[in-house]
Amino acid sequence: MNVHEYQGKEILRKFGVATPRGIPCFSVPEADAAARALGGKVWVVKAQIHAGGRGKGGGVKVAKSLEEVHEYASKILGMTLVTHQTGPQGRLVKRLLVEEGADIRKELYVGMVVDRAAQRVTLMASSEGGMEIEEVAAHAPEKIHRVAIDPVAGLTDAQADEVAKKIGVPQASIVQARQFMQALYRAFDECDASLAEINPLILTGDGKVLALDAKLNFDDNALFRHPEIVALRDIDEEDPAEVEASKFDLSYISLNGNIGCLVNGAGLAMATMDAIKLFGAEPANFLDVGGGATAQKVTEAFKLMLKNPAVKGILVNIFGGIMRCDTIAEGVIAAAKEVKLSVPLVVRMKGTNEELGRKLLKESGLPIVSADNIADAAQKIVAAVAGK
Amino acid sequence: MSILIDRNTRVITQGITGKTGAFHTRLCRDYANGKNCFVAGVNPNKAGENFEGIPIFSSVKEAKQRTGATASVIYVPPPHAAGAIDEAVDAELDLVICITEGVPVRDMIATRYRMAGKKTILVGPNCPGVITPDEIKIGIMPGHIHKKGRIGVVSRSGTLTYEAVGQLMELGLGQSTCVGIGGDPVNGLKHIDVMRLFNADPGTDAVIMVGEIGGNDEETCAYWIKENMKKPVVGFIAGVTAPPGKRMGHAGAIISGGKGTAAEKLAVMEECGIKITRNPADMGRLLKSVL
Repeated sequence: MNVHEYQGKEILRKFGVATPRGIPCFSVPEADAAARALGGKVWVVKAQIHAGGRGKGGGVKVAKSLEEVHEYASKILGMTLVTHQTGPQGRLVKRLLVEEGADIRKELYVGMVVDRAAQRVTLMASSEGGMEIEEVAAHAPEKIHRVAIDPVAGLTDAQADEVAKKIGVPQASIVQARQFMQALYRAFDECDASLAEINPLILTGDGKVLALDAKLNFDDNALFRHPEIVALRDIDEEDPAEVEASKFDLSYISLNGNIGCLVNGAGLAMATMDAIKLFGAEPANFLDVGGGATAQKVTEAFKLMLKNPAVKGILVNIFGGIMRCDTIAEGVIAAAKEVKLSVPLVVRMKGTNEELGRKLLKESGLPIVSADNIADAAQKIVAAVAGK
Repeated sequence: MSILIDRNTRVITQGITGKTGAFHTRLCRDYANGKNCFVAGVNPNKAGENFEGIPIFSSVKEAKQRTGATASVIYVPPPHAAGAIDEAVDAELDLVICITEGVPVRDMIATRYRMAGKKTILVGPNCPGVITPDEIKIGIMPGHIHKKGRIGVVSRSGTLTYEAVGQLMELGLGQSTCVGIGGDPVNGLKHIDVMRLFNADPGTDAVIMVGEIGGNDEETCAYWIKENMKKPVVGFIAGVTAPPGKRMGHAGAIISGGKGTAAEKLAVMEECGIKITRNPADMGRLLKSVL
């Protein structure tokens, strides 16, 4: 799960991570009031969306007067912000963060991720603040310093100090940088984060260490013990189809193609998408109905796929193990009838009771094409959609 | 021969009284030598009772002492799954297979840390389990699609493993052991660990390695195969069409920071001499071609 920058900073502050002072705003008058309340002479007006690259897209502006705060807030609120992470359709800005301006002496990078190979949380730091870490990794990998964190000892003073020195924190600010990184790790650990990125982390003219930006992701598997984080969910930032799918315990991801696919199991679902691509078309979605797919779940899955106007055909690929193929066939027939299916449907069923399943499909009177294996199924649906 | 488990393995079920645990314990008990293999269950609140004749004990340690079991399978819900693994490790079992999906990563980091230097081997979490066909199945895979033979299968995905097995069966090829290592980012056995076991198993002639996007376990395994593997390996990686930054069902199936793509994995596997296919319907045929 993702949260907005301002929410991430609120969480981090609770753990002692230093950030500039800021106030979230949902309207221009709120932004005006926020700037007055913060005081000072410089403010930053920042669009709050769940995507990076906001600055380049025009969603972050430095204001040098209250009038400018007003002007930028008016401009940014309600704009459709396009960044390299939003896709060409962009994202509507509904929230702002108005922050006090900071006297930036130096921009650095600090991030934390779960390192799968080390099976630990790893701190990554670089002197190249403001640049994307992937870019640094590609062009100057020697500038990225990594430390695997011991889950019992936490990030030690010695580890934090060494990293701080390596990324160019001056001696006078080492203790602050250490405390910053240790607080960041405590937040990461206690909140079950899966990713934390402070980019940039800044050193100010008076030697302070502050998180100028904050990106936090959380482990979905651990949300059951963090109702306070679940409460921060912003549905507007999510794909409506994916939100709808989650209500029925379906794992669904929208893609750009025109062949809907319904599969049991995540790996098989990806393999089915890959087969569609291999035979010359593109999948419209990833959809895993899970192990315990019921007729009702299959019906909801069909409705979901058909809400996408781009879908010109559907491929169902089921490996019946514990779940019997005849049960799935009944679900497919019920769903096809209920949604009055008007696009070609190819069904491939393998495993327990596959003959019975095929027989049910055949006797249903519905124009369902049966396939023998994944490749056959993919070829048949690709041909059907192409009108061949 | 086989790896990890055989007809002589004695198994404790942790979470035997839950809906999933009960359902799958029945199917495992009814498979091949299961009746002799599944000897104990654990539930502190139901100690002294039994599950359809399988005695229930208050702890893994006690179950081990009383039955001589050396392995366990875990179906307990996600909030308590890592704790269940810890208990099995503390009881010094040889093997723990955690089926539970949705275990928090932080819990698994702590559990893996505690396991350092201990003898217990972990498979999973979020996996279908392990089967040595016609001897024993520990997990949620459909037993009847398998047959005893000499092909090893290792995979991060459940149904895609069944798919590979189904293709082998159409060609008349049975399996020595099939291992589902699971779809989580922090887990027990990785591809490389299972590959080492297959390499050393006189009952395995060749291996199908099924991977998916996310992490670099497949690459690590591929480099090891290049240097050490004495048997042919064929591979398939799911997720060529997966978009970056999206979790494809499994917690670990995500391309992050441009890393962990299927293309990258396939390239490394080919470079290491592993025959790969981009057609998921072709895993069985490809394996047969290298025998």
